[in-house]
Amino acid sequence: MNMLSNIKHTAAEEVLLNQLSESRNNSASGALEMLSERGLPTRKVEPWHYTDLRTLLRGYPHPPSAIQSEFSGESLKEMPDLAQGFTIGFSNTSHLIGAVKDLPEGVTGEVGLAAANTTHEVEIAADTVGLLNSALAENGAVLNVAPGAKVDGAITLAHTCAGGTASVLRHLVTMGEESEALFIERHHSSTIENHENVVCNLKLEKGAKATWVISQELGQATTRLGQFNFDMAEGAELTILVLNAGGKLVRQEIHGRVRGENANLAIKGVNLIGEGAHIDVTTTLSHEVPHTTAEELFRNVVTGHGKGVFQGQIRVAQPAQKTDAQMACNSLLLSDDSDFSAKPELEIFADDVVCAHGATVTDIDEDHLFYMRSRGISERDSRALLIKAFVDEVFEETEPEALGESLIEIIETWLDANA
Amino acid sequence: MIEIKNLHVKIADEDKMILNGLNLTVKPGEVAAIMGPNGSGKSTLSYVMAGKDDYEVTEGDILLNGESILEMEPDERAAAGLFLAFQYPVEIPGVPTMNFLKAAMNSQRKAHGENELSTPEFIKTVREAAGKLDISMDMLKRSLNTGFSGGEKKRAEILQMALLEPKYCVLDETDSGLDIDALKIVSDGVNALRSPERAFMVITHYQRLLEHIIPDTVHVLYKGRIVETGGKELAQHLEANGYADIIGKAA
Repeated sequence: MNMLSNIKHTAAEEVLLNQLSESRNNSASGALEMLSERGLPTRKVEPWHYTDLRTLLRGYPHPPSAIQSEFSGESLKEMPDLAQGFTIGFSNTSHLIGAVKDLPEGVTGEVGLAAANTTHEVEIAADTVGLLNSALAENGAVLNVAPGAKVDGAITLAHTCAGGTASVLRHLVTMGEESEALFIERHHSSTIENHENVVCNLKLEKGAKATWVISQELGQATTRLGQFNFDMAEGAELTILVLNAGGKLVRQEIHGRVRGENANLAIKGVNLIGEGAHIDVTTTLSHEVPHTTAEELFRNVVTGHGKGVFQGQIRVAQPAQKTDAQMACNSLLLSDDSDFSAKPELEIFADDVVCAHGATVTDIDEDHLFYMRSRGISERDSRALLIKAFVDEVFEETEPEALGESLIEIIETWLDANA
Repeated sequence: MIEIKNLHVKIADEDKMILNGLNLTVKPGEVAAIMGPNGSGKSTLSYVMAGKDDYEVTEGDILLNGESILEMEPDERAAAGLFLAFQYPVEIPGVPTMNFLKAAMNSQRKAHGENELSTPEFIKTVREAAGKLDISMDMLKRSLNTGFSGGEKKRAEILQMALLEPKYCVLDETDSGLDIDALKIVSDGVNALRSPERAFMVITHYQRLLEHIIPDTVHVLYKGRIVETGGKELAQHLEANGYADIIGKAA
């Protein structure tokens, strides 16, 4: 018997244990065992050091019933697109818009519990978010981009949650050799205490090129556990854009394996962390072969009592010579009570690599502010221009241009309301 | 009219006095050169006028058109017609120069109860003013002052001055870091803005700039006070003889 099995479970753990014992998903027993023995991770578990999930997760809601939704298919349709294309929309866990038969040319797929209830090979083993997700998922999409297909327009996976329930979904996208596509993951919710756990998995075959956007504008009481796992084959190119502009407790994990030579990866993100929000972005990248590149840039703005976390791990295996990996995390703290923790971590076993990381935490530069005000720009407007400059830079070079503009618009709306 | 009366200034949070009873009046249309050795308080004077909060005025006053500006915020002073051309214009990455110019012009128009400029009007105005200063539109698309050469920064300052049309211009060591060609362009830009309504304070260490911008009056600043006032020939005297004899006389 494990000594730890006698822990006193929290309210959230009790509910989760109940739901896990009723789940018929393949991985439910593994999740049940983990949770029952160890409980949710605390700060003593290294990857959760800055986000003590056991303490922060006060409760856990029930899954939605089919009729329980404030968002209809109509409201999903009314959501302005970040980029033109095809949308598969989920309201809580119900698939309401975007029939798979209408998918753009070169893309096939299915949506349903059967699709969700499979273990995807790109997932990492035995992590909290992934285990809970696969054990409790009720729906999801599996999409395949045909080899050589250049998909016209974006494919958006839109999620809205409401009704104070827990929505758990998982998606898998496989991109065939030399295919190209833009995927956008969006997350919205009502203002009450919803819970969302969405895992997306992306497999890039040889020479495939993808942009994957994760844009969340959740309500201020919503908890989100999100995970994006990817696997890159030879010559694959992937750009991941992350925008966190809402939510109460958000953990966004990005885990990737760069497994093919000459694969190029870029991860760029903006975290806007308002009063009372806790937003954690945790990335682990594993370079396993020679001649790959990765560029990682996060800019964070924290206001009020907001708390932000960035953990960036880059592992370079012994054979992965000539890896070029750059990581930067810059944070702007706008109040005395705001807080940001950055933990860059390089684990390098190869001897001929270029790897660097940098983390800065600053407040607004008084000399910049004075210069702008000396030209007649009010303090408020000057601050707004400086904050905007700090974060907009991340998405300025985004392709297609309209996508970058949409992301910058979300940032500006948030800054107008919060900074 | 700029009136500086018995101005005493110290560095905030320190006891060190920088200006010790400075008196100076600059009339509309006048170009007053303020000269002085290093450490005499020249840059402090310009910063205090613009409202930088690293300094504390312990005594005296600064009046623009008869109104004290000491209680005004930096942006209010700008709206009241004051402009400081910085000795070291700051680089602000991420803010395109054009956006900054538009924000500055429209903020001041708003403060004066005028409508904001339309984008075509704005671009036309900037294009004209920039052309006169040999500034390309490409340079204005870049982030404010970021990666600009010394000469480009100073020209950008004069461009801002031309666009904002201030009544009270303070130029802090505008000649520093300029080669002869750039000095000529910048001086021509300043001279073009000379008008009967506009008062200039040209702060400089060397007489060189004053060969291009001919001052009406020259004032020598030493240990935080004006110790000598004269016409443009005073600048030539300083160039030939240095500050020693005038400072000696004052001491």
